[in-house]
Amino acid sequence: MSATTNHPMVRFEGVTKRYGALTVLDDLNLEVGRGEKVAIIGPSGSGKTTVLRMLMTLERIDGGVIWVDGEPMTHMQKNGQMVPAEPKHLRRVRSKIGMVFQHFNLFPHMTALANCTEAPMTVLGLPRREAEERAAELLNMVGLGDKKGHYPAQLSGGQQQRVAIARALAMRPKIMLFDEVTSALDPELCGEVLQVIRKLGSEHDLTMLMVTHQMGFAKEFADRVCFFYQGKICEQGEPKELFTAPKNERTQQFLRAVLEAV
Amino acid sequence: MSADIWSWSYTLEILPILANAAIVTIEATLISFVIALVLGLVLAVLRMSGAVIGWFASAFVELVRSTPLLIQIFFIFFVLPRFGITLDAFTAGIIALSLHYGCYCSEVYRAGLEAVPRGQWEACTALNFSSWNTFKNIILPQAIPPIVPALGNYLVALFKDTPLLSAIAVAELVQTAKNLGSENFRYNEPMTIVGLTFLVLSLVSAAGIRWLEQRLNRRSVR
Repeated sequence: MSATTNHPMVRFEGVTKRYGALTVLDDLNLEVGRGEKVAIIGPSGSGKTTVLRMLMTLERIDGGVIWVDGEPMTHMQKNGQMVPAEPKHLRRVRSKIGMVFQHFNLFPHMTALANCTEAPMTVLGLPRREAEERAAELLNMVGLGDKKGHYPAQLSGGQQQRVAIARALAMRPKIMLFDEVTSALDPELCGEVLQVIRKLGSEHDLTMLMVTHQMGFAKEFADRVCFFYQGKICEQGEPKELFTAPKNERTQQFLRAVLEAV
Repeated sequence: MSADIWSWSYTLEILPILANAAIVTIEATLISFVIALVLGLVLAVLRMSGAVIGWFASAFVELVRSTPLLIQIFFIFFVLPRFGITLDAFTAGIIALSLHYGCYCSEVYRAGLEAVPRGQWEACTALNFSSWNTFKNIILPQAIPPIVPALGNYLVALFKDTPLLSAIAVAELVQTAKNLGSENFRYNEPMTIVGLTFLVLSLVSAAGIRWLEQRLNRRSVR
């Protein structure tokens, strides 16, 4: 860990993302502190998933700088100038971030265990035995110790998502991104996945950003909730505040609509 | 059977000669196919890379697929020497077959690679895989099993196209049968044996491909 711990873990500085003429994110400024858990909510098309995808380097940004753990990720210093990051720099900084996807994206040709050992072995160069020990530990943690030899197709959606969480954790990230991780699940399977995330939050020193439609979970779990609307943070604050007494009209409308749907 | 139609003694006499020719045919098939498999993959990756070189690869594939194999064989054997590249008939034949089928295989690979969901690439980025490891460990193992039958079809097709090499006098099965026929004024036996050899080997390869397909499907439970 670096000596200066007062810098935020993640900082979006004037980040803009466009798809052609459409501006998805407009001059986004957002800081996430070390160990902070931030829930991102908002209507579809508000740019909330794009925030995570940019941080994971799955999307290029069109303007601004993303900082991770005190250093620029999308850019690097060269002769005192900020220039777009080279792939090598990107890979190094990216290694601090893990991501769990809406549709799991497990490797279908590998067992649950192999899904969790592949990256540690090929990317981090861990010996097989050590990687397998670590993976087994993580699968136990997510309650799937007995499913090590199962292929994704032999697991339920909730189980697959828990393997995906274990797979991301196996790379020992400092930041975890959860992109609508329960949206593709049957309602009765959401609980087991949220339970794992709860456990992570209480037992590990992880910085977490999650895009979610589970308002109940966001309220109970997050330190801060950001409401996105049309590519901007419309309102943010502590969950209690934001959910019970939203100041912004858009937030009020959104929350009313979401709560009516339940 | 009347000896006019079928002579067993003649059959026994020519069998060893045809067996040698069969080895040439099988060699030409296997060497060409292995090169075609590698070339096809390289072409497919180049075409998907989107760079300028990808455009050239596409143009090359279209050129090769839109002209007859026989012309390509003649071109490599008879025209290239004009530009100082002289090849023996067997090598020229191998190059022509590899290029031709490599281009067809590249289309198959492309279909296979494009069928791998984008989420797989994204998961690899999130896990910080290098491009090479992403491709080798994650994408390719998912792209190959579904296209094994299509690639297998091209193996059999390539095998059945080897008689075209007789046009530049490669001593493969058909060329040898033709020579035997003209030397002895008997075509029934050599041509029948050659036809049966193709039939049997084609069926054996098809069965082999089916076996491989099943094995791969078992391994990657989906």
